[in-house]
Amino acid sequence: MQHPVASLPTILLIAAIMFVCGAVCMATKRNAVGILIGAELVLNASNLNFVAFAYLTPFGIDGQVFALFGIVLPAAEAAIALAIILNFYNNHMTVDVDRATELKD
Amino acid sequence: MLGSFQTFVWPFVLKPLIICVAIMLFFQAQAIIFVWLERKVSGRIQDRLGPTRVGGKFGWLQTIADGVKLLLKEDLIPSEADQPLFRIAPYIVLVGSFAAFLALPFSDGWVAQNLNVAVFYILAVMSVEVFGVIMAGYASGSKWALFGAMREAAQVVSYEVPMAICIVLPVMAAGTMNMTTAGRMQAGWLINFRTGAGWLCFHDPFTFFAAMVYLVCATASVKRAPFDLAEAESELVAGFHTEYSGFRWLIFFMAEYASMLAVSGIAITMFWGAWNGPIPLCDLVGVPPGHWFRGLLGFLNFIVKGYFLVLVMMWVRWTLPRIRIDQVMKTCLKYLLPMSCFLLLGAAVWPVLVPTRFGGLIGGVAAALVALAIVAYGVATTPASAAQGRRQRVY
Amino acid sequence: MLDLWPQILFWILAVVTVVSSVAVVVAQNVVRAAVWLLFALAGTAGLFFLMGADFVGATQLLIYVGGTLVLVVFGVMLTARGPFVRMETHSAEWTLAAVVGLALFGLLAGSILAASWPEKGSLGPAELNATSSRTSLDLGLAFLGIPPQRAGGVETTAGHDPANIGYLLPFEIVSVHLLVVLIGAAYLARSKRRRARGV
Repeated sequence: MQHPVASLPTILLIAAIMFVCGAVCMATKRNAVGILIGAELVLNASNLNFVAFAYLTPFGIDGQVFALFGIVLPAAEAAIALAIILNFYNNHMTVDVDRATELKD
Repeated sequence: MLGSFQTFVWPFVLKPLIICVAIMLFFQAQAIIFVWLERKVSGRIQDRLGPTRVGGKFGWLQTIADGVKLLLKEDLIPSEADQPLFRIAPYIVLVGSFAAFLALPFSDGWVAQNLNVAVFYILAVMSVEVFGVIMAGYASGSKWALFGAMREAAQVVSYEVPMAICIVLPVMAAGTMNMTTAGRMQAGWLINFRTGAGWLCFHDPFTFFAAMVYLVCATASVKRAPFDLAEAESELVAGFHTEYSGFRWLIFFMAEYASMLAVSGIAITMFWGAWNGPIPLCDLVGVPPGHWFRGLLGFLNFIVKGYFLVLVMMWVRWTLPRIRIDQVMKTCLKYLLPMSCFLLLGAAVWPVLVPTRFGGLIGGVAAALVALAIVAYGVATTPASAAQGRRQRVY
Repeated sequence: MLDLWPQILFWILAVVTVVSSVAVVVAQNVVRAAVWLLFALAGTAGLFFLMGADFVGATQLLIYVGGTLVLVVFGVMLTARGPFVRMETHSAEWTLAAVVGLALFGLLAGSILAASWPEKGSLGPAELNATSSRTSLDLGLAFLGIPPQRAGGVETTAGHDPANIGYLLPFEIVSVHLLVVLIGAAYLARSKRRRARGV
């Protein structure tokens, strides 16, 4: 039997860095597509956690099943988000999310 | 010292290195031969001779001469270009098509990494190639390149869908995504009515048509004519690689020919009997299992089949005119996608209706005969003027 | 000595993933950010392969890199006005984001290190290398409603417990969801064009 490639906390820390990067990316980017990229990073970090749990805990394959859902659903999310972004661009001629202020007052 | 060589250096350093170098060399040799072949084929189809000077009568050194020319050319990067992306794009394309070869079994056991999900993995890494093309188009800072890249993105992402669905059919028939296992299942005669085994394209009536649909999708996914809209010379100069020259352009070119062989490799392994010939020659002669000669013969089989499929792609390229971009998308979404879905459903229902493997084989052969009859009918009803037109021209 | 190589690979891939994710945040050009995201996603796919999840790794490459990321770049191209989209973030915002990000990371890291994780021991999957794992079979069975064989040899099949249908229902829901999204995205993109014609 082989030893695991890394311990669980190590992998979780790597995923945590990715998660934080994604969250900061979503917070700082003005470009709507940039925010979408940040969201992808966040979801990817969660997938890494799921696979790590499947690998290093006695729960078997369940983590990988969740990771698969976590890959397929962001694809759907990205399609819808891009459709929204395209509409937004059509209305505002920009993808700067700070310009979306019509509902402000 | 010797112990560490046997436990670490050989299996973990030297062996992978040798395999990688061997595949890389194979990869480049393919490109050299294919380019020469493409010129000869296109020449013959257009009533020309093709290269005849460099390296003797058949011009077999022409590609190497071209390669040297390309290496010596000035390496231009446009001032409008996004430099780092422009530099890195060809390598992403190269990595995409090179990584596909790591899981492709060239013969029984001749595979760099015997992956459990090999066929899925190959489709996956080849989809990374698109990203390199899009990056190249975007980073060039030229509208021709950008348009080429956008067409490429739309086309390849769309064609991946029917292509993957078609691959599911033999995967269902074989019950595995491991290409080595799928290849071993197809050993023996082309069609064996006694045991019910045979090449997977004759597994049931649907797999044969799936093999055809797959070939069309594969041609489109490696952006070959008549689907080479991403590099339509008449409208987009040269598409996504308009701004590339010299070595970087060479990399795009090599990757294109290598991916042609990779998609043909999937088709061969999953439909056309992998490394097995139509006749189990080694069994008839009595070569013991595991003998090196079996491996070599399998490799030759694989290469011959691969070259044949690539030759078909070249034949199509120099015969059919390029279709418009809307027609390309329509072909995929309105025809190939419903066709592949219908085939998938049919192949899923077929084992329930006809439980014996033998019945499936009969159906498969019948399907192949129907396909042949359709082609024969098409050839027979083609007006003689269309077929003869080229010969009647007066020079 | 034998175990060294996967660990070296793990650390290479981990460094690639982490550096790329940080670069995604720092990059000001959206296409550059997307390229860094490509490296982050590919690195994660490599980590999946190393962790014996070969099917998930290949799916990650096919859907995330080949599908979603291409869509994202497509979106950038359709919405870019100049040749390269550039929207600066102010330095005050950077400082705030860095502080909040580091605080969040501190929280996560603290809880990760403080928790006591179950030791793998003998209960984990015995076949760890990607070449011999049978994850695709187990995953397929799970999606078809047959709970996979649990690690440790405790077999739970649908026959034992009829109420346990594995992941069949989530799988169906995701399928319908994808169909809805397909139609929805097509509708959104289409309404845009009609509107443009009207104006």
